[in-house]
Amino acid sequence: MEAVHGHDHAHDHHGPTGIMKYLTTTNHKDIGSMYLWFSFSMFLLGGAMALVIRAELFQPGLQIVNPEFFNAMTTYHGLIMVFGAIMPAFVGFANWLIPMQIGAPDMAFPRMNNWSFWLLPPAALLLILAQFTPGGPAGVGWTLYPPLTIQQGMSMDLTIFAVHILGMSSIMGSINIITTVLNMRAPGMTLMKMPLFCWTWLITAYLLIAVMPVLAGAVTMLLTDRHFDTHFFNPAGGGDPVLFQHIFWFFGHPEVYIIAIPAFGVISQVIPAFARKPLFGYSSMVYATASIAILSFLVWAHHMYTVGMPVQAQLYFMFATMLIAVPTGVKVFNWVATMWKGSMTFETPMLFAIGFLFLFTIGGFTGLVLAITPVDVQLHDTYYVVAHFHYVMVAGALFSAFAGIYFWLPKWIGKMYDEGLGKLHFWLSFIFFNLAFFVQHFLGLAGMPRRIPDYSLQFTDFNMVSTIGAFGFGLSQLLFLYIILKAIRSGEKAPQRPWEGADSIEWTMLPTPAPYHSFEKPPVIR
Amino acid sequence: MITRTAHTLLALALSSWAGLAFGEMRFNLQDQKTALGHAVYDLHNAIVVICLIIFIVVFGLMLYSIWKHRKSVGHQAAHFHENTTVEVLWTVIPFLILLGMAYPATKTLLAQRDTSSPDLTVKVTGYQWKWQYEYLDENISFYSTLATPRAQIENVETKTENYLLEVDNEMVVPVGKKVRVLLTAGDVIHAWYVPALAVKQDSIPGFVRDTWFRAEEPGVYRGQCAELCGKEHAYMPVVVRVVSDEDYAKWVTERKAGQGTPVAAAVPATATDAAPAEAAPAPGVAAVADGKAVYDQACLMCHAAGVAGAPKVGDKAAWAPRSAKGLDVLYTHAIGGFNMMPPRGGNTALSDEQVKAAVDHMLAQSR
Amino acid sequence: MASTTHANPNSYYLPAPSHWPVVGSVAVFLLMLSLVMWMNDVNGGLLVMAAAFAVMLYFLFGWFGTVIRESESGLYNKQVDVSYRWAMSWFIFSEVMFFAAFFGALFYMRALSVPWLADAETGDLLWQGFKSAWPVSGPGIEETFTPMGAWGIPAINTLILLTSGLTVTWAHWGLKKNNRGQLTFGLLLTIVLGLVFLSLQVYEYVHAYRDLNLTLASGAYGATFFMLTGFHGFHVTLGTIMLIVIFFRALKGHFTPERHFGFEAVSWYWHFVDVVWLLLFVLVYWLV
Ligand code: HEA
Ligand code: HEA
Ligand code: HEC
Ligand code: CUA
Ligand SMILES: [Cu+2]
Repeated sequence: MEAVHGHDHAHDHHGPTGIMKYLTTTNHKDIGSMYLWFSFSMFLLGGAMALVIRAELFQPGLQIVNPEFFNAMTTYHGLIMVFGAIMPAFVGFANWLIPMQIGAPDMAFPRMNNWSFWLLPPAALLLILAQFTPGGPAGVGWTLYPPLTIQQGMSMDLTIFAVHILGMSSIMGSINIITTVLNMRAPGMTLMKMPLFCWTWLITAYLLIAVMPVLAGAVTMLLTDRHFDTHFFNPAGGGDPVLFQHIFWFFGHPEVYIIAIPAFGVISQVIPAFARKPLFGYSSMVYATASIAILSFLVWAHHMYTVGMPVQAQLYFMFATMLIAVPTGVKVFNWVATMWKGSMTFETPMLFAIGFLFLFTIGGFTGLVLAITPVDVQLHDTYYVVAHFHYVMVAGALFSAFAGIYFWLPKWIGKMYDEGLGKLHFWLSFIFFNLAFFVQHFLGLAGMPRRIPDYSLQFTDFNMVSTIGAFGFGLSQLLFLYIILKAIRSGEKAPQRPWEGADSIEWTMLPTPAPYHSFEKPPVIR
Repeated sequence: MITRTAHTLLALALSSWAGLAFGEMRFNLQDQKTALGHAVYDLHNAIVVICLIIFIVVFGLMLYSIWKHRKSVGHQAAHFHENTTVEVLWTVIPFLILLGMAYPATKTLLAQRDTSSPDLTVKVTGYQWKWQYEYLDENISFYSTLATPRAQIENVETKTENYLLEVDNEMVVPVGKKVRVLLTAGDVIHAWYVPALAVKQDSIPGFVRDTWFRAEEPGVYRGQCAELCGKEHAYMPVVVRVVSDEDYAKWVTERKAGQGTPVAAAVPATATDAAPAEAAPAPGVAAVADGKAVYDQACLMCHAAGVAGAPKVGDKAAWAPRSAKGLDVLYTHAIGGFNMMPPRGGNTALSDEQVKAAVDHMLAQSR
Repeated sequence: MASTTHANPNSYYLPAPSHWPVVGSVAVFLLMLSLVMWMNDVNGGLLVMAAAFAVMLYFLFGWFGTVIRESESGLYNKQVDVSYRWAMSWFIFSEVMFFAAFFGALFYMRALSVPWLADAETGDLLWQGFKSAWPVSGPGIEETFTPMGAWGIPAINTLILLTSGLTVTWAHWGLKKNNRGQLTFGLLLTIVLGLVFLSLQVYEYVHAYRDLNLTLASGAYGATFFMLTGFHGFHVTLGTIMLIVIFFRALKGHFTPERHFGFEAVSWYWHFVDVVWLLLFVLVYWLV
């Protein structure tokens, strides 16, 4: 179906301009760009906090910050990276790509789409305000475990409400995505013909709708325990601090796949394009993704092996968690089989995709190690866990976002990035990432707890290596910013299809840069 | 056997990386000192080896493909896709591998959770930021706090060997005996973690949870709190001293003699043997009364409301780390001044004894 | 914002740039900020809250006013209608999950944490003398309370809500037959039933606090009782407001027998609130 606009077609000239254009826009591309820029600025903020953490940990002893502030850095680094950087980055991709990939003029609810975005800055503002309240910022970890959260000052409440707003934004965004995918596809674009990226987002959106309200419930209970005398998490009143952990991780585990699954989607577009060969098993990829999503609801207590739950529960959660390796393996094998006997070239997106594959799998394997209960009892709350999740979230999700940005940038802005610099960005990131995080496995194995500003002497060497790696990795990201700005200002003009093997319809049916309203008239899908 | 292979493979994999040649670096779990710990260690190695093999196979194929199937060497893309046999295989084989892992994992887990028939039961309570040990059968109870001086933490003095892993009162247990540890907490969640004994158990306020260990050889085993519990989370170590049966018996007698208070009444303020600060009221009741007068007159104006960041009297959280520095340090700081804290609270007429009495009073009120 | 194209059944309506989303964000921000201020006794919290509500009202009227106007001028074709249906269904699903968190907490405390507190070492060493039971306030709370009986007001409220589910369906039939009288009268009845339900609920709370010593602070039972019934009551309030809005729209002649998604959305919501109540009635009031 074609589109009708609530204004005449010369909108590009008559619509609001300047800042008002972005405040009021209902266009999926503008909104997608805002999401991406917001995400990148949050990444810098969260990254700066990570650098504070790493700088303090360069040596044993307290040198730069006091312990309260250190804990706050850990807390807000985690919250900002997860909710402010990675999630919005992939929502940005969804906004840009879903309409273009399914042949729709825009998202199903353009106005609500804009609201989903504009809820993020107030949430970020609350998190930033929380740094400056009397009593100091909350130093409780991104997992917000009570009773420690009950002891905190006003910053805790600001943080809780920020989480509420982020949840609203995610739920609206997900409703929009589900509706768009289910109801806005061009005629002939059956579900099983959709590019895999759309599939991964459809599944992710379901996860979000199912778990964000649960998180909202959990933090609401925190709030009433803090201010209205309820006893959800207080044993004196029949509650249990561990109850919070159950509710939190019922959200939290699906959350990590909310981060990972869109990343899988991006990789599933990039690898076939540069292998010049279709994805090996399209339908098994769809089923594997759905299985991962369903399983993710059934494994939450693997984050709580040491709380002292009954052994039967531990066994169940161990088995269920191990099972996730099977569908994830199917994905990994599929990607490798797609590369097999292809005709590969290694432009920056492909480099990041291969880097993803390599490092995400390492992170997956360490996840499997953690899934084994008796081993996790040793490793829980140590730097091994920190290493695990940075492998899956930084080398996983973040690398995949880089791959996606380099891949689609020409389509978005109509210009090419500097390939040489892009490759440099990859190699710097790859090397420094491993320097920063590989050694953390050893720290964790040897027993270094996480969330500490100071440590005993035997951990010194690896911490120094890690800090050096972290600073290198951080600086490499400034190079990324430079590459993007350079491409926008003076990049070479991009052809309609700069990647020979890219075959989804945003490449084959749309000019470059993509027109403001993607498909005014629905394309004909064979 | 698998352990041996594991070691070799790990060593190989890591030595290549460790070309940087640092001092003594550890690439694996700490050396285990319990039978269960050995089981965990072997289990971990076995899983790592299996993962390593899968990794090498999968990425060997990928690298081969990257090398051979490049466009730049003129490789033409084949156009095959969807092959049910392959897909079934790569679903079933990993599943079988996982089953193989699940079996030893289950066995180890069941052993780990079997806390039945202990030789000795110790109740451990986590507080911000200290541990309380209560030997339920012996009527022994004491607190254990960080012994590392503040000056080392603040980089004023050089750090000594057991930096952050030393306490004033160690937990002492006999070698070869099954020790059951009951964990609970007084304020927030902590976790009692000793790597070499393969124990980690959260201490949850209001609930008692348990774990156990049976140490194979005498020695001192060090660990720390493993659950974020506030600002001094990094500063609440766990130290377990494993001794022979005779030494243990001797320790118990000495403890009891020095203590003389039944556990029931031993809640917070007992224990002459607790941290020096814990023993503060020692100067005598009179001093305490006197201290209150001095406090009211000279110190209250700041320490009641927390003026200029002064630790509030009654604020346990603020005082615990300070008393951890030792009574003498606090005396010196109160008399000689410390950051924003003026010498003698700004009242030069006070004698050293009076200031000390005031400090005693403040500590007694803040525990 | 003059629309040049109208009611083309083939075109999907895309709204013009709009400032309402940003207004909504300002409202949400102010609301959250004011709540934090109020809870922490910061001066001016109530003032900010008043401002927040003002902006919120402006936003709601503006946004929904625009949507209604667009809908009434026939800009929404069949496909847009389907979009709204998907959206409302998944929104309601998200609400279900929100309640699930609280039902989960109820289950956990009743079936797990309360028995654990009386059990084994936990009971022996920490809470001597505590016996597991339900309803209970918990081992560390001295004060006693009387639980809320099921067969007084709650039973009446159950009947009221079930009836209101019928009346709203009856109104829907009226709409489909184009019997406007039945539509408006059915809606009016539903609204009245909703208001009666809410009044009884308020009465019950007052009774709980004043006579039964049952408060938010009454441990596990008090917390789950008030949070579950409270959030339900809040949803009934929202539902009633929505009913009032469509009642006035119906009076103004909105909705046709063929096209009335606004009406249906509200009735879905109302049925959802109804179902939650049934669960509440069984799990919170009845099976104690
Ligand atoms: C993108 C995010 C992401 C992803 C994808 C994963 C993936 C996995 N995670 Fe991870 N995890 C986190 C993010 C993520 N995790 C975070 C943030 C935390 C910490 C939170 C906190 O405490 O702050 C955490 C913590 C965490 C823990 C708790 C540790 C602890 O606190 O003690 C556990 C334990 O089971 C775990 C397990 C797993 C497993 C089994 C997978 C699996 O999905 C991995 C599956 C993949 C593979 C196994 C590799 C590929 C497979 C093959 C090649 C097939 C063949 C393989 C075999 C047969 C073995 N994770
Ligand atoms: C996807 C999410 C994500 C991402 C991308 C990252 C990225 C990084 N993380 Fe983090 N991390 C988490 C999610 C993430 N992290 C979570 C969830 C936790 C757990 C929190 C908790 O325990 O509660 C955690 C915890 C965590 C810890 C453990 C803290 C502790 O236990 O006390 C450490 C320590 O090394 C760390 C380091 C890093 C580093 C060095 C990066 C780097 O990749 C960052 C690189 C980027 C930059 C460095 C920015 C570049 C900018 C500049 C160089 C300029 C800066 C200057 C100005 C802005 C003026 N992270
Ligand atoms: C002008 C305000 C003020 C007065 C009066 C005052 N104090 Fe303090 N005091 C402080 C401050 C501020 C600190 C915190 C110093 C720091 O840790 O940086 C402190 C800290 C202390 C400490 C802890 C020192 C440490 O090592 O952590 C002790 C003990 C103490 N005061 C005792 C006293 C006694 C005894 C008196 C009265 C005789 C007194 N104070 C009067 C401001 C005051
Ligand atoms: Cu106690 Cu951390
Ligand atoms: Cu998980």
